[in-house]
Amino acid sequence: MTRRADILGRIRAKLNRNPENATAGRAAIEETLAARVQGPRPPVDTEKSALVRRLIEKSLAQSSTVDTVASDAEAPAAVARYLAAQGLPLQAVVWPALAGLDWAGARLAVAARGARDADPVGITGCFCAIAETGTLMLCGAPDTPATVSLLPETHIALVPASRIVAGMEEGFALARTELGQLPRAVNFVSGPSRTGDIEQTIVLGAHGPYRVHLILLAQD
Amino acid sequence: MESRAHRFQANAADSLANPVLQANLRTAKGKFVDKRAIALRELGEADAFEATREAARAVRDSVLGDIDLWLEKFEENAVARGAAVLWARDGAEICRLVAEIGRRHGVAKAVKSKSMLSEEAGLNLALEASGIRPVETDLGEYILQINRNEPPSHIIAPVVHKSLDEVADLFHSVHKTPRKTEIPALTREAREVLREHFLTAEMGISGGNFLIAETGSVALVTNEGNGRMVTTLPRVHVVITGIEKVIPTLEDLCLLMRLLPRSATGQSISNYVSVLTGVKRPDEHDGPEHLYFILVDNGRADVVGSEFRDMLRCIRCGACMNHCPVYQTIGGHAYGWVYPGPMGSVLTPLYTGIENAIDLPQAATLCNQCGVVCPVKIPLPDLLRKLREKQVERNLRPRFERGALKVWAWVARHPTLYGIGARLGVRYLKWLAGGKPSIAVLGTAPEWTKGRDFPAPEGRTFRELYARRRGKP
Repeated sequence: MTRRADILGRIRAKLNRNPENATAGRAAIEETLAARVQGPRPPVDTEKSALVRRLIEKSLAQSSTVDTVASDAEAPAAVARYLAAQGLPLQAVVWPALAGLDWAGARLAVAARGARDADPVGITGCFCAIAETGTLMLCGAPDTPATVSLLPETHIALVPASRIVAGMEEGFALARTELGQLPRAVNFVSGPSRTGDIEQTIVLGAHGPYRVHLILLAQD
Repeated sequence: MESRAHRFQANAADSLANPVLQANLRTAKGKFVDKRAIALRELGEADAFEATREAARAVRDSVLGDIDLWLEKFEENAVARGAAVLWARDGAEICRLVAEIGRRHGVAKAVKSKSMLSEEAGLNLALEASGIRPVETDLGEYILQINRNEPPSHIIAPVVHKSLDEVADLFHSVHKTPRKTEIPALTREAREVLREHFLTAEMGISGGNFLIAETGSVALVTNEGNGRMVTTLPRVHVVITGIEKVIPTLEDLCLLMRLLPRSATGQSISNYVSVLTGVKRPDEHDGPEHLYFILVDNGRADVVGSEFRDMLRCIRCGACMNHCPVYQTIGGHAYGWVYPGPMGSVLTPLYTGIENAIDLPQAATLCNQCGVVCPVKIPLPDLLRKLREKQVERNLRPRFERGALKVWAWVARHPTLYGIGARLGVRYLKWLAGGKPSIAVLGTAPEWTKGRDFPAPEGRTFRELYARRRGKP
């Protein structure tokens, strides 16, 4: 007997599985999958400006920093300002999806590709952002590689205000309608990487970025 | 991992006598508890936690009632996205399967994100024996691995029993670097050592917090980002997870993610929640080319549909141990196997044999703090009590205890005799107390008063008092 048949066989014996209740059970599964029932949710004001305010408040609570500019045209200058203020070099790796912005105009040396170990700064967009918890939802694709938000010590994310949603549920709903099937990697990022393993003392920058900086694009 | 749960009494005595461990337990005590309480308030009104955990309980129960069919559904969707789904009955089969996968893909080094299943299997030693170097990448697990494969003492905070000083000594001696005493400096040192491993390992091994049937995905929750590294950089990814971890939809993941980090570390959300589906596309820059799921039984299938089935709802948050007065006193190692605290006192006997962990179900005050905080409403004290019943049914209790219970049962069926016995008993105990409110050494059972006092009775039995109140002699 295969391992699979053995394990499932013992489970089926325990559950008194027979052909009839198996058919009924499979039908119930399809119903559950189609119904997508949501659980109770914490109160989140879904008015547009309230979502923006909540995203900012919760992002700060997650130890991210936040800047706001009008649109993506102003993003390169905002990135340059942030890097200068942090004393970081004006060089970064960006998502190929963002290669079209005028980075050189802000005197930034950017490479549009996946990140390598030594890249100091990674610039990404986001699939959407979740106001409830101050979270970025990032979807991996050839022009939005996951490494850019992971390997560099500093992660900067451009967040269009129109892409702020209330909760994870709305993020997944957007993915279903806009992408069809889930991409290989959906990463929810809430602030810098951290660990509390030594004496339950929280330290930022465990394996991922030490700094996460959101640039809100108010009119995008 | 070989269980030492049968040595619980000796283990617990060692823990109590270890001043370093006791100091470390005192440092940790309460940190998780306070943060959890604050984080739960964000859910809304006072009854919001109850409503949320009731919904979570219902989701978990509904899946477990049809777990065979849900596993098939998960498998179908995972395979459709290019993953391979394998099954393992026990730890030895996990080790064999992972070693085989490693050989097939020419793996010399595997980076690991936390997996309790790999602890159950003792996977690290098995991989080393197969010529594959396993590297733990969770900071806590890494500290344990370089300390000669010490077992974890907490499912969320594996080195909660260690002090900063101990970690500083360990890094100094293993990394051959100047001794550092600041936690950020130690964390950076581990980051640099492990970054090299992330970049060069051919295989990543992770656990799975949830398997999502709708999409055939695994959900991974970490704060450090090691879960992302392990599943982004190596060309092979192996997920090792229990068969009970399936949930139906992404909506169910949203629900459970409101409870898991709050219950575990008191965070609204963990820093990284990754939902991973299938293998990378040919034009993608990152992600594994090969993805394997190993769905593990190791005792779980036999719990399905049994009187202990509630335990399978467990989402491994650790809230029960954080709130357990016994765990807080003896630490995790005393429990002797992978899972400590109340959940461990149920899981260890169920997965390794009731007869091999006789003391664990007794190592509880049944105060129900664990039951009250459990985010999926597992009635832990009830399950512990049921395990005690099983021990009696299977004649596993010590001979003296069985004999004493038989005598008591016989006496209890003879009310006159019982009344006389009780009257003599309370008078003896009152005399023994000698006017004090408690008894320091119980004459007939000195073991019982070794770690506690026995409250002294007032001198008359309930039946005597009742009879007097009714006006009878």
